[in-house]
Amino acid sequence: MIDMRPQDILTPVPAGLCCKVGGFHIDPVRPVERALITHGHSDHARAGHGAVLATQETLDIMRLRYGENFAGATQAVRYGETIKLGDVSVSFHPAGHVLGSAQIKVSCKDTCIVASGDYKDARDPTCAPFELVQCDVFITEATFGLPVFRHGDAAAEVKKLLASVALFPERAHLVGAYSLGKAQRVIALIREAGYDAPIYLHGAMEKITHYYGAKGIPLGELRPVKGRKKAELAGTITLAPPSATSDLWTRRFPDPVTAFASGWMRVRARARQRGVELPLVISDHADWDGLTATIAATGAGEVWVTHGQEDALVHWCRSQGLAARPLDLVGYGDEEESEVVGAAEDADT
Amino acid sequence: MNRFAELLDRLAYEPGRNNKLRLITSYFREVEDPDRGYALAALTGALSFKHAKPALIRDLIAARTDPVLFALSYDYVGDLSETVALMWPKSGAHNQQRVSEYPPPQPSQRERSSSRSTRGEGTELRPEFASRTISSTGSTNIREAAITALSVPSPLVEEGQGGGYYTGGLSEAPPPGEPGNPTSPASGRGENPLAPGHNNPPPPTLTEVVTTLRTLGKTDMPRQLARWLDELDETGRWALLKLVTGALRIGISARLAKTAAAALGDKDPHEIELIWPGLSPPYLDLFAWLEGRGPKPENRDPAPFRPVMLAHAVEDEDFAAMDAADYIAEWKWDGIRVQAVSGRDPQGHMVTRLYSRSGEDITGSFPDLLPSLHLPGAIDGELLVVRGGRVQSFNVLQQRLNRKTVSPKLLKEYPIHLRAYDLLGDEENDLRELPFAERRERLEGFVTRLDDVRIDLSPTIPFASWDELKAARANPAAAGAGEDAEAVEGVMLKRRDAPYLPGRPKGQWWKWKHDPHIIDAVLMYAQRGHGKRSSYYSDYTFGVWTSGDGGEQLVPIGKAYFGFTDEELLQIDRFVRRNTIEKFGPVREVVHEPNQGLVLEVAFEGLQRSPRHKSGIAMRFPRINRLRWDKPPGEADRLETLEKMLKAENAPAPQSHAERSHIKSR
Repeated sequence: MIDMRPQDILTPVPAGLCCKVGGFHIDPVRPVERALITHGHSDHARAGHGAVLATQETLDIMRLRYGENFAGATQAVRYGETIKLGDVSVSFHPAGHVLGSAQIKVSCKDTCIVASGDYKDARDPTCAPFELVQCDVFITEATFGLPVFRHGDAAAEVKKLLASVALFPERAHLVGAYSLGKAQRVIALIREAGYDAPIYLHGAMEKITHYYGAKGIPLGELRPVKGRKKAELAGTITLAPPSATSDLWTRRFPDPVTAFASGWMRVRARARQRGVELPLVISDHADWDGLTATIAATGAGEVWVTHGQEDALVHWCRSQGLAARPLDLVGYGDEEESEVVGAAEDADT
Repeated sequence: MNRFAELLDRLAYEPGRNNKLRLITSYFREVEDPDRGYALAALTGALSFKHAKPALIRDLIAARTDPVLFALSYDYVGDLSETVALMWPKSGAHNQQRVSEYPPPQPSQRERSSSRSTRGEGTELRPEFASRTISSTGSTNIREAAITALSVPSPLVEEGQGGGYYTGGLSEAPPPGEPGNPTSPASGRGENPLAPGHNNPPPPTLTEVVTTLRTLGKTDMPRQLARWLDELDETGRWALLKLVTGALRIGISARLAKTAAAALGDKDPHEIELIWPGLSPPYLDLFAWLEGRGPKPENRDPAPFRPVMLAHAVEDEDFAAMDAADYIAEWKWDGIRVQAVSGRDPQGHMVTRLYSRSGEDITGSFPDLLPSLHLPGAIDGELLVVRGGRVQSFNVLQQRLNRKTVSPKLLKEYPIHLRAYDLLGDEENDLRELPFAERRERLEGFVTRLDDVRIDLSPTIPFASWDELKAARANPAAAGAGEDAEAVEGVMLKRRDAPYLPGRPKGQWWKWKHDPHIIDAVLMYAQRGHGKRSSYYSDYTFGVWTSGDGGEQLVPIGKAYFGFTDEELLQIDRFVRRNTIEKFGPVREVVHEPNQGLVLEVAFEGLQRSPRHKSGIAMRFPRINRLRWDKPPGEADRLETLEKMLKAENAPAPQSHAERSHIKSR
């Protein structure tokens, strides 16, 4: 076999990142024969593939979301375990994004590429911490790829929430959070801050949250919000999908304070646009400092930048003497996009 | 500063008035003097700083960031203060908690490429990168590069880059010690130069920031600002920049801030309003009084504002309980309510001020009226434009409102006039306890003594029964208002025996407005409300028909978000959700076809030309009067109807349209 260039090993195609020599796609957005899935968010993990290789947690989450028959066949892989696929070997490494999330390392002869999926280098009590993998080509997300995005300490944001709960004991606090990962992380952080009253859940996040609980992540007492009397919800905290916090569903709460836990909340205009009264800057994506530090630390000489603010990150990489290019992959975005539609339609009826 | 920043941040997102009050009051309770006093000053707009300007901030950030990254960021964020606050390079102290160490590197199958070994040398790492804790197991040359960036002086070090701090900027310009100011900004900082890389200087207090900004010279300003920006966290930087650029824009009126202060001592906000002109930041005496530690501060202002008395709208059924003989009636003029106050200072000089009804000092906008107010006293009246002996419409008066400077041309073309209807003070005497009839008599004497063409009496309307008054209201021109009738927007009723009471006391003063204009318009867009209404589509944009290129079409003519009942809100909300044809974020476009859609009966007070609106017309005070479920949208009103109303309503202005828009655009 002749020497292969990185773009011959992994190639962007309409279905996603394609590895021809290994006979698989990574996080394909269309049904394919063999898929390697980085994590369970719906823009990365879709139903309908022939075979899926992913961590056990990611497979479990896909099953919870799409039902038993979400794929023709599945295979679970442990972090660090090497699997040979055609002419390449692959291994999965913690991405620190959500439970079960992984970066996928693809090695072919002398060349090693890491497709990091979504990742963060900040602390998260609900999943394995990000593991730095040395590589030649690093494929990075750029969701928060602008220097204005610096997320700060999540614990301090949770403190802000608890201070507001103390200040407005007669009001309910509604925290918008993506139902996979963010919601559970926020709950865990609330518990770490010493809050031990029951936390209420929107129906859409019960299943996933209980799955986290079953995986041994301590989340304290959780209650469904459904069926509670309005007065009962005064002074309480409820977690809900972001779109639900501005819809009919909120009328069951006494004078709710609308919070939203997201990296987007760093920019005030975005928070105000959504009618958020208590923005909480808590993100499951690396911020600008995290992205740039990680890129540097991987030792990669070449960086491929995908979904988000590619321009700024590519510019930064080049200013550091790294070869960099945007990967024009479509279909990835915030988990939010796909979630908003579902929840909004439900609530609207 | 951080606590104040936190307050501003929270206020910026809070839509509810009562919740805003709670937030501010609890800030005043928790924070000590003099910080809270300067916060009150900032919230009431009592601070301004000569040498701190937006251009300065641009220069500071340009010296610290990659221009491409700054441009992309500014474009994304859209607000200079916020962009700068967010991307200001970290000095290393406030890093978020990171996964502390990356695990050992996986040995790569091949040798490190040569491209990497060249990368470390001479690389100019951006400060945000250099200051981060790079994993100890990361690439060696990257680590070296980081260390290099921290220790080797770069051309930017003088500007505070790379972990270096300014030293001495503060000691060169110590602010004046405020009496009782426990935190002298000069203390200790200058003598103790911080070593580069040493990171935890305490962030400045609000007092330190305000007192320093007030006194610092132009040349020292950039260094000082940069130093603070290094010390503060993101919210702190944002608040500092808002303070510096003089535009808090967080939806807090001075009145609300004073109300929150009053709540601290369980006082009536009017009491603060009364003594306010005599107070100055940091309001130590005010807080001492509010907390029961000191006497009530006296207002020594020779021309103080007195909280105004307001009227209730009278409803048909109210008249049954009212005796016509108890009331005096006047025209309700369509101008702006003002309080014109003159008094002598201790040196005997006359001080004259004009206040809006909320107590805002608007003296600067009306220099032409001041000489007329040459006797000590306090007049309550209506500010109008009178041209050739005729009162002009509100639209004409608007040319004189909200202006910082007024040109001689403007003064000439829009001569200002005060129509007096009450007298609150005469020389040293406070008349507010007197019954209205008696005050009115004194007012007549006062206006006669002033003897000035710019000030006249608001005439009373003689009437013996409510029916007579009703007839006068229906035809002001025939009932004494004559040619000024067009500037009359109804009738005021005041009890003869009513003292002048602040606020809106029940049963004393009534306003009996003309019936509003009514049109039928079609609902086109609906937007979700805020706060309690955040789950309801409660802001409505409506339009009327006009002939366009594509035939009959609706053109938006206004927006309204009140006037409906709670039940009607639910009905419209349901209609919006079921008839959405497109969504734009929080806005929904609803179906609006000739035979399908919702007709809203919209009431409004008047119309004016507006180049900003597609229809060219803007409504005054529009509200939803009724829902016309029965009416097909095709039968709603047409733009031509509004054009006709506009022509009938407006007296022609003396100058061309072009001149007018020029004045407006300044």
